[in-house]
Amino acid sequence: MADLTALHYTAEHEWIAVDGDVATIGITDYAAQQLGDVVFVDLPAVGSTVTAGQVCGEIESTKSVGELYAPASGEVVEVNDDVVADPSVVNTDAFGSGWLIKLRLDGASLGDTLDREGYLALTGGDA
Amino acid sequence: MTGPRYTPLRERHETLGAAFTDFGGWMMPVRYSSDLAEHHAVRQAAGLFDISHMAEFAVDGADAAAFLDYALAGRLSTMAVGKAKYSLVLAESGGIVDDVIVYRLGDTRFLVIANAGNRDSVAQALAERAVDFRGADATREVSVADVSDAFALVAVQGPAARGILEAVDAIADLDRPLSELPYYAAAQGRFGQWPLLVARTGYTGEDGFELLVPAEAAADLWDALLAAGEPQGLVPAGLAARDTLRLEAGMPLYGHELSLDVVPAQAGLGRVVAADKDDFVGRSGLGAVVAGDAPVLVGLIGEGRRAGRAGYAVFDGDERVGEITSGALSPTLGHPIAMAFVTPAAAEPGTALTIDVRGTRLPVTVAALPFYRRAH
Repeated sequence: MADLTALHYTAEHEWIAVDGDVATIGITDYAAQQLGDVVFVDLPAVGSTVTAGQVCGEIESTKSVGELYAPASGEVVEVNDDVVADPSVVNTDAFGSGWLIKLRLDGASLGDTLDREGYLALTGGDA
Repeated sequence: MTGPRYTPLRERHETLGAAFTDFGGWMMPVRYSSDLAEHHAVRQAAGLFDISHMAEFAVDGADAAAFLDYALAGRLSTMAVGKAKYSLVLAESGGIVDDVIVYRLGDTRFLVIANAGNRDSVAQALAERAVDFRGADATREVSVADVSDAFALVAVQGPAARGILEAVDAIADLDRPLSELPYYAAAQGRFGQWPLLVARTGYTGEDGFELLVPAEAAADLWDALLAAGEPQGLVPAGLAARDTLRLEAGMPLYGHELSLDVVPAQAGLGRVVAADKDDFVGRSGLGAVVAGDAPVLVGLIGEGRRAGRAGYAVFDGDERVGEITSGALSPTLGHPIAMAFVTPAAAEPGTALTIDVRGTRLPVTVAALPFYRRAH
């Protein structure tokens, strides 16, 4: 599993791993648990651009629909086709093979995000 | 009313790691681990559900049968002792106050099981109707008691259900063996020292049973069923699985397919109404509401994996013809399914329609209900 303290988090229950100017984005285990079994993901096309704070995809469980927000502006350079084919990976490995998209960031920084401690405080969860 | 309520099985659910959700004012297990796994377990082996949030009313007295004929939509007086019947509580308007199951426990003893969220409205309706029924000189004898808090209700649903119940030694003295208990019938017996009602009813589309015991016996019954059932594939199952199971089985859920604004015929429940009865609450309203253009309940089948959800609009070409009341990606069938109210002109099975899924039009086909029917 990824080093969860090295990730950035958002109030929309997404995690971001930054490597150079590329950010890998997924939803947290908390979000996956709240949704229930994920059965469908709709991700933006490779090559499309997304805008920070805007909805860029959907994550559906049997019970509900969650929206994927772009945590930063940039160009989609890769989407996780394995998750499109088998969305249950989001439930079983939210921080690893359940990643959703990779963005090439427009700006130098991500803007406002939470660290692990801040995110856990938000969800009332424990490490 | 104070905060959310819990059933007598709260500790069991917490120990099993359930996630809870508010349902009709009750905090109920929505899933224990995976709602898909729980769904499949019910189709292939069995699931154990806590449905103790449901409301129970004891209707007793020499004229109890005649009272239920007056208070409910169906004809309950001709039902044999030991049988159960699906029925409706209608408003004067003909709209639906609740859908219920009525069990005849004796010549003058009935049990009415209602939805948790409608407990107060059913209690009020039955109490008012009892006063009207007894008449000014109170010559007719019936009593109605809300006994919900005294009882717990659990359901064992799935092809392995009967074998699991038969493997519980403490289930004893049944007045009929389970092998001879027909669908929509109930046996009385004991669970240990406690009185037990076992009904061959359910809300999943599978064979299965619902077991009513005093609230004090709930945890022991739960434990006994899990212990006997685990070798046969029984898993605890939550409301998420219960909802997708009942949707596949085409069973209505109050607040989605049924409401005060829906008359039985619209929801395909015209057969539940014994319209030839002398007098019953809702009769006058049903006479008035036979509008030919009233929306009717249909099934919709989609493609791919993207499901329509409650509230989404249904279109025939550019014309909006209805609205989805329940929808999900069917775990058993692998494609999206939904129930919807649409205009009669768009209700014929095979009709090609579209649904608006958050701004995208997706094709659906009208289908007869249920979507899923068990093989045996």
